[in-house]
Amino acid sequence: MPDLESFRRETRAWLEANCPAEMRQPVVSENDACWGGRHFKFQSEAQRRWMRIMGERGWTVPTWPKIYGGGGLSKEEAAVLNAEMRALGCRPPLSSFGIWMLGPALLAHGTEEQKLEHLPKIARGEIRWCQGYSEPNAGSDLAALATKAEVHDDHLIVNGQKIWTSYADEADWIFCLVRTSTAKKHTGISFVLFDMESPGVSTRPILLISGKSPFCETFFDNVRVPRGNVVGELNAGWTIAKYLLTHEREMIGGIGERSNVKPLGEFAANAVGLDETGRLSEPSLRAQIARFEIDEAAFRLLMQATGDRARQGVGNPAMSSALKFYGAELNKRRWELMASAAGADGLEWEGERSQDGTVARTWLRSKGNSIEGGTSEIQLNVVAKRILGLPGV
Amino acid sequence: MALVLNEEQDMLRDSVNAFVSERAPVAHLRKLRDSRDAVGFDRQLWRQFAEQGYSAILVPEAHGGLGLGAVEAGIVGEALGRTLTPSPFLSTAVLAACTLARAGSPAQQKQLLPAIAAAETVIALAVDEASKHRPDAIAAKATRDGAGFRLDGAKTFVLDGHVAERFIVAARSSERGLTLLLVDARAAGVQIERTLMVDAHNAARLRFDGVRIAPDAVIGEVDAGGAVLDEVLDLGRVVVAAQLLGLADTVFGLTLGYLKERRQFDRAIGEFQALQHRAAELYIDIELTRALVLGALQAVDQHGDRNPAKAALIVAQAKAHACTTANRAVQEGVQMHGGIGMTDEFDVGLYMKRARALQELLGDAGFHADRVAAMGGY
Repeated sequence: MPDLESFRRETRAWLEANCPAEMRQPVVSENDACWGGRHFKFQSEAQRRWMRIMGERGWTVPTWPKIYGGGGLSKEEAAVLNAEMRALGCRPPLSSFGIWMLGPALLAHGTEEQKLEHLPKIARGEIRWCQGYSEPNAGSDLAALATKAEVHDDHLIVNGQKIWTSYADEADWIFCLVRTSTAKKHTGISFVLFDMESPGVSTRPILLISGKSPFCETFFDNVRVPRGNVVGELNAGWTIAKYLLTHEREMIGGIGERSNVKPLGEFAANAVGLDETGRLSEPSLRAQIARFEIDEAAFRLLMQATGDRARQGVGNPAMSSALKFYGAELNKRRWELMASAAGADGLEWEGERSQDGTVARTWLRSKGNSIEGGTSEIQLNVVAKRILGLPGV
Repeated sequence: MALVLNEEQDMLRDSVNAFVSERAPVAHLRKLRDSRDAVGFDRQLWRQFAEQGYSAILVPEAHGGLGLGAVEAGIVGEALGRTLTPSPFLSTAVLAACTLARAGSPAQQKQLLPAIAAAETVIALAVDEASKHRPDAIAAKATRDGAGFRLDGAKTFVLDGHVAERFIVAARSSERGLTLLLVDARAAGVQIERTLMVDAHNAARLRFDGVRIAPDAVIGEVDAGGAVLDEVLDLGRVVVAAQLLGLADTVFGLTLGYLKERRQFDRAIGEFQALQHRAAELYIDIELTRALVLGALQAVDQHGDRNPAKAALIVAQAKAHACTTANRAVQEGVQMHGGIGMTDEFDVGLYMKRARALQELLGDAGFHADRVAAMGGY
């Protein structure tokens, strides 16, 4: 396709001219991600600039329509952009729950007014979103959620508590599931949006085993939410929640496949050394890493094949559960092997040598991959029921 | 390239699946096994195979073949894996056809490739010499003898070796080089012993004692057979991986059916979460293998001609993954079928036996994981 080729040339030229050199360095830790928002502390001027110019082109969300701040690219063009960014080693300009989760849900279920209000701010990284789903008594059984919203003429009053809210203490707005009817479990839930600066919202970070606090408890005490901030029909939020969980699963599934991480074998070769035949000095670790890299290659191709099948309209939507399951387990395996390859050095918790314990902390953080966004056990339930047609309880 | 079959490949898959399930279901293998058939496959079926064009897939059009590629050969391999059909497809239409098409002299090609396409001959590749696949440790010796060679040594696990009219023998011709030799099965000094195998498929042990090889029986360059062999073995490995995929997918289908049908404690056993989760994990493994095998077949087609080494990594990944998945599929297959899975009457055991042989064939998961590590520089 000649059009696509000229798009490729122009894109490459533009990226070469505009992507700052610092933004072409491999991502080392989660601290390198750019999240945007009202209060974000940019790591560097280059990071700020990269987000801004990509946002202006709509290339933070290449396939969204231009009127909503997107790039208006076709899937093929977006794939070209992606490939060219990978080739140059460009970092993602913006990491965002708005892009990955809320955006797709609003595009599918939002009113025109909601789309015009929220999507461009997501695209430009102006507003950082968090997700209010889980509650202390609604984890795997999410529809048991109890955060209550009383419906009045032109507003709702929200009371209750969310938990595991990622970066709630740094987010500007929240998309949240609330109970608007107790008549039925699944059909009494509504999907609402509100500003985290609203009176009555408070957050408390939760200290994890990694020594970090990416999640919060979030409390709502008589929070007033305008009626216009309900997405979809009242009491029909579960449909949107499910739609959105699919996107979340794909995203978490994708963490098993990061293109700009150093191959595990290379990391281990540096960490434990090679013997005189060029083999890793730890034969058992060598075999495990090889098996891991084989499974990782298979996962990368299954992601691709699933995308290709979906484009041909022959995919099964429940495949996202299969990918989420496998991606999460794969990432846990990666960090088990990283920790093992790093050995005693990988135990260091603080200090420059270990980059403040990156290996140890990321290893611990990865354990949550098979819990967040639906546990591995829930994903296997979905595969068994929706793909294999096994009888359910 | 999209990781899906194109329209022609889809049609080929449908036709070959229909062909084997109609003419060579698992009962066909049972019959050959139980009658202790001397040939070990059905010659008439092999000719019908040729009528469908399946034996001509890798033979160039100039020699009466279809000139298709690895993806198409993999489709046929996968179908044979589904029904466990004994067939000289791998030995002759894949390994021998590829060797001759890549490195054969014009005379060898003219004589043998049309015969392969027409299923009029069986040619066996003789590589292995010990219980494990170690093509870098070939010791069979080709010694200069006038203008030709003298061949001494032994080979094992030679597919279709007891019915082949010719062998392609990989022999060491110098300290560092291998030479591929075309050997007539009736030549003086050739001893052939059929080995009855656990999977009731064909294999043989061969001995060569001072077998005289004429100059025109050398395939390709003297001492340069290693590179040809690497390429041929990789094509064979990915086709075997496709067979393992077909096998795993089929045995999983049988098992899933049983989970839905077998009732204990007043319910289908497939309602038990312990079994559901294992079935779901196995399903995911099979999908992973499917994607990887297709990726490897496509890579062989893309790089095979000019730069086979570029496909080597993904081929090793695919064979290793397919071995592991098929192994899990047959283990779970027997276990989930319970007592009936242990009976000879039930097919699942035949799949287990065949999976064992296909894992060993052309390198098991450990062999290929070792290659993956070596290619990754660790």
